[in-house]
Amino acid sequence: MKTLAELNAIRDRARAQMGALRDGGENNTRLVVGMATCGIAAGARPVLAACLEEVQRRGLSNRVTVTQTGCIGVCRLEPIVEVFVPGEEKVTYVNMTPEKVSQVVAEHIVNGRVKMEYTIGANQ
Amino acid sequence: MKELSLHILDIAENSLAAGASLVEISLTEEAGALTVTVRDNGRGIPPDILPAVADPFTTTRTTRPVGLGLPFWKMAAEQTGGRFSIESAVGVGTCVTAVFVSGHIDTPPIGDMPGTLVTLVQGHPRVDFLYTHRAGGVDFTLDTRTLRDTLEDVPLDSPDVLAWLSDFLRENLRI
Repeated sequence: MKTLAELNAIRDRARAQMGALRDGGENNTRLVVGMATCGIAAGARPVLAACLEEVQRRGLSNRVTVTQTGCIGVCRLEPIVEVFVPGEEKVTYVNMTPEKVSQVVAEHIVNGRVKMEYTIGANQ
Repeated sequence: MKELSLHILDIAENSLAAGASLVEISLTEEAGALTVTVRDNGRGIPPDILPAVADPFTTTRTTRPVGLGLPFWKMAAEQTGGRFSIESAVGVGTCVTAVFVSGHIDTPPIGDMPGTLVTLVQGHPRVDFLYTHRAGGVDFTLDTRTLRDTLEDVPLDSPDVLAWLSDFLRENLRI
């Protein structure tokens, strides 16, 4: 059973990792999930949860930041995840699912190969 | 939207866009009704706009002139025989109330409230959330101010804290 008391241990552990996060935060890869009405209705909440889980599971928390944004403007292609790798062009992934998130994190973030078939260019 | 919790996430995003520092969400199941309120201390809605906020063609979004969050929420409540209301004062905040008739065939399931709360905290770690759920005489409360007291300088959106919050809510918030 999770209790509030456990937060003390989590705080101490997180504090130990915070120095590393602050140093690298500026140059982090960013995963941005659209979380407006259109995104939420299309399934953005589980997509965001998958991003968080995948980043933590692969131990990428110190170099990948997951954030939320409002309406990206192409509501019919939601859920949308934008990937910003420093020094590279933005990649927009559309019609996302938690399963596709796992593949994008593995292929794009870890291996550096854009998952072309899920991008907006391949789905217009 | 198939779950009340998804509507709640959507409505709470309005509070956050309004610059709220505290968002109070409550679900109360009693006397044949499920009442959901989302109250914030954001900038409030001017009186000339307030009567039109549930109109799909009123929106603050900049990508197109249609906004469906509040209209969906109003429709969802009213189609169960319930009601919808919104009160707001500029500089004070806004309170959105939706009442659903329990057991009506069109009343959506509450759904994944832990998922909604984790999403809100992750996206807005500097905002405080007070979540209260009352059902069958049992109260559940989550107050991020209490978590913050324990966490001190560690932000609420640290990966370990979010993972704990998700597990904590899933274990303790049995709906």
